Amino acid sequence: MEIFLQQIINGLVQGSVYALVALGYTMVYGILGLINFAHGEVVMMGAMVALSALSVMAGLPPLVSLPLSLFLAISVCMALGYGIERIAYRPLRHAPRLAPLITAIGVSIVLQNLAMLIWGRDYHSFPQLFANHAHRIGGAIINDIQIVIVVAAFLMMAGLMLVVHRTRLGRAMRAVAENQHAAQLMGVDVNRVVSITFMIGSALAAVAGVMVSANYGLAHYYMGFLLGLKAFTAAVLGGIGNLRGAMLGGLLLGLIESLGAGYIGDITGGFMGSQYQDVFAFLVLIAVLIFRPSGLLGERLAERA
Amino acid sequence: MRLVSLLLASLLLAACGKSATDQPSDSLTVRIGAAAPLTGPQAHLGKDNENGTRMAIEDANAKGISIGGKKVHFELVSEDDQADPKTATIVAQKLVDDNVSGVIGHLNSGTTIPAAKIYSDNGIPQISPSATAVAYTHQGFKTAFRVMANDAQQGHALGVYAVKNLGAKRIAVIDDRTAYGQGLADEFIKAATASGAEIVSHEYTSDKSVDFTAVLTAVKAKQPELLFYGGMDAQGGPMARQIKALALNVKFMMGDGGRTPEFIKLAGDAAEGAYGSLPGVPLEKMSGGMEFSRRYESEFKQPIQLYAPYCYDAVNVMIAAMQKANSTDPAKYLPALAAISHDGITAKIQFDNNGDLKGGAVTLYQVKQDQWQPLETIGGQ
Repeated sequence: MEIFLQQIINGLVQGSVYALVALGYTMVYGILGLINFAHGEVVMMGAMVALSALSVMAGLPPLVSLPLSLFLAISVCMALGYGIERIAYRPLRHAPRLAPLITAIGVSIVLQNLAMLIWGRDYHSFPQLFANHAHRIGGAIINDIQIVIVVAAFLMMAGLMLVVHRTRLGRAMRAVAENQHAAQLMGVDVNRVVSITFMIGSALAAVAGVMVSANYGLAHYYMGFLLGLKAFTAAVLGGIGNLRGAMLGGLLLGLIESLGAGYIGDITGGFMGSQYQDVFAFLVLIAVLIFRPSGLLGERLAERA
Repeated sequence: MRLVSLLLASLLLAACGKSATDQPSDSLTVRIGAAAPLTGPQAHLGKDNENGTRMAIEDANAKGISIGGKKVHFELVSEDDQADPKTATIVAQKLVDDNVSGVIGHLNSGTTIPAAKIYSDNGIPQISPSATAVAYTHQGFKTAFRVMANDAQQGHALGVYAVKNLGAKRIAVIDDRTAYGQGLADEFIKAATASGAEIVSHEYTSDKSVDFTAVLTAVKAKQPELLFYGGMDAQGGPMARQIKALALNVKFMMGDGGRTPEFIKLAGDAAEGAYGSLPGVPLEKMSGGMEFSRRYESEFKQPIQLYAPYCYDAVNVMIAAMQKANSTDPAKYLPALAAISHDGITAKIQFDNNGDLKGGAVTLYQVKQDQWQPLETIGGQ
């Protein structure tokens, strides 16, 4: 039982990070119908910037240096998000759908190599700033950082929902997602809304990057690749373009992965082992897409797809 | 315009003249290939290999070696195989096309094994400084050599030590599914079960993973006393952290892929007490080991990660064979290489019929006060 609970906790922690990153994919897709493959790299940039900031401010008390470096990481990533959209996507907004997809992959490669030039190819160990107390819940263990990750992720998701559904900006975002031309005719500044969307997504990515690095005590220049791929999967699983879907998809993917890796060996009597961890997650994805092509919570996107 | 072209022409001529004086007809440039992951999670190890190889080549050039009556200038051709078996074969073909006379590499067993076929097909001698998987030298290629003990020796030493010295009865194993990790884990399991331990769990991860909480939790359910990880430091470090975070009360053991300063850096305070092994004797006990380490650190401003001394020896063995055969032609110096007896830094290097190092030693280490401290050396001459 405690093992099961532990796997649920593992999955929740992992899943909250996936969900945060998945939101970035899904927001951009919802508004532009574009998959921003450079999003994973923004996560990595957030982690690396925070790492550098922390090492510069090594002398300051962690209560000062952590918020400062987080703020710096968020600012850099927002600027990056704005820049990516402005340079790589806006000139191609009315081009065939394949063109921005290719520039997205291009931006991803550029960012990865840029990070490699700046920070080198090594794994960096991310400083542990606070004593990381472990707590026992019914035999399972969760530590401070993991609690912060789950709580912060849920708070940010709730905040995002509020912004999208309760504010003027949110209404503009939904209007642009619905129909760009109509929104423009109604006086919505489409370019501004798109820029802000990218910046919000990038801010979430920066926080996710710092969380991942703090949790694993690790940052390196290509950490965004696999994380981005998983988060994209989560977004598709939940129904890409749908905010609640991204959150649900992220959490589900985290849970499926950890329960899959933990029990697949026992279930199949050793025939399949934890090497099939990823296969398991993608099997679920395929199954969902066969029976619900638009994802779990996805709306019908006939006119888009 | 005419003036410009005239200038250009004279510049070109001058350039020709210069290169002609640089390369007098009685000198010979010999290219030595090196292949290792220079990007990705094992970049630090790849760079370490490249540095060791470079040092040996610079030393040889400084010495001014003559072969076949010609002064030889050695040139390093270093390639990035990304620790990826597919890329490794492309890189191998590229080195062959670049007319290298021999190859030092690759770093990983997974890359060395498929690349060996390409070198063998083209008759290029290959010395791996670090690929320990048994399969590498057992493919029947005459061109494949290695200068360290293989995983049969290493896995055996680790497995026996875990059971006999550490008293582990219930053992869990995780490997990264690479040729190295899997091969080492299999040899470890063989030796541990033969010594009377029970393997209660065998889980898997990949050489790109960072999250092991799920597999570690699954391992925890089986209550092992010792956990063996067959894989590299980039995973071993975070894994040690997560073992501690999950309050998994086990002795943690790895092979040479985890016995690096990088592991201690990545694992932080979770590194303390971890066991590792390294083929060969400890650096301090090698003849000239400390001198090599001092020179390495002054040249590259970083400590030796792992295999740099082996790379240094591999180059020197290759050059010694060329001198003995009095030729840099691969076909001519290959027999001399197979029969070589060379006193290197790491060991006295002699190859058996497979190209394995004769009488390779294995040393066990433990992390004490943030340092890998040697415990015991098994085997060797």
